Amino acid sequence: MVNQSDLFKYLLHLGDNALIHSYRLSEWCSRAPFLEEDLALTNLALDQIGRAQSFLKYAGDIEGKNRTEDDLAYKRGERQFYNHLINELPIGDFAYTIAKQLILSTYDVLLFSALSNSTNETIANISAKSLKEVRYHFVHARDWCYRLGLGTELSHQKLQNGFNEIWMFTGELFETDDSYKDLVANGVTIDPSSLKVKWLENISEVMKKSNIIVPNVDYMQSGGMKGIHTEHLGHLLSEMQYLQRAYPNAKW
Amino acid sequence: MDTQLDLWEVFIQSKIGAHHVHAGSVHASDAQMALQNARDTYTRRNEGSSIWVIPSKFVTASTSDDADMFFEPANDKIYRHPTFYVMPEGAKQI
Repeated sequence: MVNQSDLFKYLLHLGDNALIHSYRLSEWCSRAPFLEEDLALTNLALDQIGRAQSFLKYAGDIEGKNRTEDDLAYKRGERQFYNHLINELPIGDFAYTIAKQLILSTYDVLLFSALSNSTNETIANISAKSLKEVRYHFVHARDWCYRLGLGTELSHQKLQNGFNEIWMFTGELFETDDSYKDLVANGVTIDPSSLKVKWLENISEVMKKSNIIVPNVDYMQSGGMKGIHTEHLGHLLSEMQYLQRAYPNAKW
Repeated sequence: MDTQLDLWEVFIQSKIGAHHVHAGSVHASDAQMALQNARDTYTRRNEGSSIWVIPSKFVTASTSDDADMFFEPANDKIYRHPTFYVMPEGAKQI
C-alpha cells in the first residue's frame, strides 16, 4: 500500500495542473482572435476542468476528510496548490498561449500515456480518458504553431517571443521531490524526468517545422511541488475563489 | 479590409451509415483548421461520428429567380408521391 499522504499530494498536483490551466484558457472566452477559435480554446478549458474534477474528487476520497472537489478547488490557499508554475502564467497574446499549449500538450500526451498503465486503477482510468483529449490539444497547438511560425514575419516573431518567455518554466515539468519515491516504486506514477528526452524530441520537431528556434535557457524556475508560486497564482485564486470566500457554502 | 478567413460548409454524420447533413459553416484558413473548427463548433455535444468540410466557394446554388421553373412544376403532381400503395405488413421503412 502506497503512502496515502504522498498519493493525496500527487492527486492534488494532477488536479491543480488541470484546474489552473483550465482557468487561464477560459480567460480567452470572448477574447480569441475569431469566433471559432474562441470555441476551440474554451473547449480545451472544459476538457481540463473535467480532468481537474476527476483528480480532485479522487484526492478528496483518498484524504478521507469528506472534502469534495469543490472544497479542494475553492477553499485552499496558494501555498496548498501544487501545480507547475507554467499553468498559472497570465495568458499573454495568442501566440504566447499557443506556445504554452504546445509545451503542455506535448508533455500531457507523454504523461497520460504512461499513467494509463498506472497500478492505481482510478489514475489509469482518468488518464486513459484524458489521453484522448490531450492528443487533440496537441494537434490543435501543433497546427497553430505551423501557421504562426510560417505565417507572417510578425506572427513568427510573436510565436518565437512566446517560447522564449515561457521556456524557463519547462524544467519543472520533469522534476520530482521526495513524495514521488514511494509512488514511483509502486508503479502509481513514473519519474517525470524519464519523459524529458522524448518531450524535447517531439516538441523540437514541431518547432523546427515552424521555423522556431528552441530557446537555450540556463536558469529554470521551480517551486510548484513545494507550494511556492509566482505572484500570479494569488491573483488568479482571489478571483476564482471570490464567491466561496465572500459567501461561504453559497449554492445556486 | 476583409479580415475574415475563408468560409467552409460543414456536414456532420450523426452515426455511422447515416447521411452527412449540412450543419452550418465555419471560417478557417486551411482544410485542417476547418475540420478542427467544425469539430469544436458543431460536435461538442456528441452530435457526430464523421465530418466533411467543403470550401463554400465550390457550392453552386440555385437562385430565387429559378424557383418557379425549378420547383413549381412538382406542385400539382401528387402521383409522384408513393401514397397509392397499401403498406405491406411488417415493413417499417419504405
